[in-house]
Amino acid sequence: MAKHTLIAYVEDVPGVLNRISSLFRRRNFNIDSLTVGRTEQAGVSRLTVVVEATDAGARIVEANLYKLVNVLRVDDLTHKSALMRELGLVKVKVTPQTRAQVLQLVEVFRARVVDVDEETLVIEVTGTPEKIGKFELVLRPYGIVEIVRTGAVAMARGSALLSSAPPLVRTDTSADHGNDDSGLSMSV
Amino acid sequence: MKLTGAEIIWECLQKEGVDVVFGYPGGAILPTYDAMTKYPKIHHVLVRHEQGATHMADGYARASGKVGVAIATSGPGATNMVTGIATAMMDSSPIVCITGQVGSKAIGTDAFQETDVTGVTLPITKHNYLVTKPGEIARAIREAFYIAKSGRPGPVLVDITKDAQQMTAEFDWEGAAPRLPGYRPSYHAPMSEYARAADLINSAKRPLILAGQGILKSGTTAEVLALAKKAGIPITTTLLGIGVIPASSPLNLGMMGMHGEAWVNQAIQQADLLIALGMRFDDRVTGNLKTYALNAKKIHVDIDPTEINKNVPVDVALIGDLREVLALVEPQVKKATHSDWWTSINAQRGDAAVRDIQALPDSGHLYAAHVINDLWRLTQKRDTIVVTDVGQHQMWEAQYYRHEKPRSLITSGGLGTMGFALPAAIGAKFACPDKDVWVVVGDGGFQMTSCELATAEQEGIKVNVAIINNSFLGMVRQWQEFFYDKRYAATPMTGPDFVKLAEAYRLKGLRCNTRADVKSTVEKTLAAKGTVVIDFVVEKEDSVFPMVPAGADLDKMIRRPKQDVMLESGSDKDWEMPSASAAPVKKSAPARGRGKTLPTTKKATRPAPRKSPRR
Repeated sequence: MAKHTLIAYVEDVPGVLNRISSLFRRRNFNIDSLTVGRTEQAGVSRLTVVVEATDAGARIVEANLYKLVNVLRVDDLTHKSALMRELGLVKVKVTPQTRAQVLQLVEVFRARVVDVDEETLVIEVTGTPEKIGKFELVLRPYGIVEIVRTGAVAMARGSALLSSAPPLVRTDTSADHGNDDSGLSMSV
Repeated sequence: MKLTGAEIIWECLQKEGVDVVFGYPGGAILPTYDAMTKYPKIHHVLVRHEQGATHMADGYARASGKVGVAIATSGPGATNMVTGIATAMMDSSPIVCITGQVGSKAIGTDAFQETDVTGVTLPITKHNYLVTKPGEIARAIREAFYIAKSGRPGPVLVDITKDAQQMTAEFDWEGAAPRLPGYRPSYHAPMSEYARAADLINSAKRPLILAGQGILKSGTTAEVLALAKKAGIPITTTLLGIGVIPASSPLNLGMMGMHGEAWVNQAIQQADLLIALGMRFDDRVTGNLKTYALNAKKIHVDIDPTEINKNVPVDVALIGDLREVLALVEPQVKKATHSDWWTSINAQRGDAAVRDIQALPDSGHLYAAHVINDLWRLTQKRDTIVVTDVGQHQMWEAQYYRHEKPRSLITSGGLGTMGFALPAAIGAKFACPDKDVWVVVGDGGFQMTSCELATAEQEGIKVNVAIINNSFLGMVRQWQEFFYDKRYAATPMTGPDFVKLAEAYRLKGLRCNTRADVKSTVEKTLAAKGTVVIDFVVEKEDSVFPMVPAGADLDKMIRRPKQDVMLESGSDKDWEMPSASAAPVKKSAPARGRGKTLPTTKKATRPAPRKSPRR
């Protein structure tokens, strides 16, 4: 079992998020995080789903996502060179004695202070989910009042195209999937 | 052309070639029912419960290969459809359900008869729509039909608000063509995989074809038989695959799985190659996955990529339409006979522990297996569709009724829906009015949807209902007998006098208590004009054999107990699949009453039957 990061392009229609979350629940997969937002294309939303699964399980998730009528394409970035980012806001308690120490940690993590009052700081931190987890860890001794995380978004590096069919198959219409003899084998 | 949303619904149904719809009116669908009067070409069948409407649409779809249509109102009307939709989903049956919804302004207010129907049916439909504007109805319905019947078929629901039905919009059929950029009904495997599949087939010593419903959906019976014949490969079918390979074909071993023939399951365990065609390795077929077909490489052909490696890891997956796949694989397959493999299978067929009802003595009791086998003998020359419910009678039907043609057996396989048979049979009769439609149903399942007898009566159609009445929920009782020390919790069951019930519906009712009367009862039923209900009062505590307990290894089956009065022959050498011509109905030698042996030509070779009553 490992964390798998899947990207899904979906039609921006009512209920589409429900269809996706229902699929994960129904097939008994646990969503680690799910983010959704607009894309460069009108009417198309992009989801980043992080799910705890085996490689075989991730393939089943991917194939099932493709089965949803509103899903345009899916890509599993887990084993590809990809960027992953998450944003967190952390409200931490500070005293005149600890304020400097916290600000130093903010510096180390290349985070930003976005709100200050007598007793707290709100810090904005971006990076991989692991980095944000680490940041939370080091701030914990000072007293975390609240924390909010956006969930990871991800993007493949370079100019390689995303797939447009479930693993191990090709479609008539997918021009970008034609060179699929690459390494994808039907046999598992 | 400006039309109301309700009129657009009927225009679309007409354009989709719909000739019959099954439905039940109500508040939120009233505008649509009002508009129906302008479209007399489409026949509306008034059901007695919305579950019946969905099963009828399902039965219609399975019998005809076309899309079945069910209509209901919002709230309870739509939720009553849920069982039928789930049934169609599990068995990949193409139906379109149209439901009324409260006015768009009232959505979310808990209005009278409001239910979030698209939410409720989301996991049990292939896709669904909530339509709130009349201008969007046509596209939703066109897409619904396209999605329902393409790729792996399935149910699609279109929920239409009352105001969308009442308001007008431009009806533009051409402009409403499906726009489904994310929908991929079919795929193709890379060419190299076809060669790999052919290599596996050519190098196999003990290959076996697992034939599923996908063959029926793709209409490839002839192609599969050609492949099997060329390469000398035995075929076994799933429950839903029954009929896709003629029972009389020497290549057909019979049904696999929990109540499959012992030799079939043993062949699966011994095979070195399984060629799965349009089947999905359901747990009722595989038994314990950890020990399933460990000697075999596996080739899996399915149109649905999510079925690949779901339950059984496979060596070669050919995702796509079976017709295309077979056309590419078959030419690369070499001729073979596999005579050693056939010899070993045929030796197992002679296993004395396999069931054989031809050796059952007639103890004066009526056995369900006899009823069904006799029903087959008496109806095999006629064009017959049998629709079964779920339970013991369903398995006996699968074992003892020999289906020669695709679509001649309709049954709820995946969901196992009791109450399916009668309404599905009514739907099948509308699809195939010239065929005989028989319902084989238990006394439990029949009572779940027996209200649809009124539908059959009102429509004046003829379905022949054979109730296999053992006064028990038989399959559950069997499990209680085997696995719960015979503690029959909530399985003994009474019912109405089914003959009087039929008469109350102004239909003919018949009762049959003895083997001797089966023939005349069936003949009377066939001769009668309308729907007939037969109460076959059978042995109460009979069980289906062989049986692989749930989760057990496929070849570890419970055999028929030897001490039982339902003795089996010492040898099954003479047991063979009777061909349609070889086993005519024996008119000259009818059994005449209690204690008489079977009217079979083989009786001389059988051991003398024991006359003692069972238990």
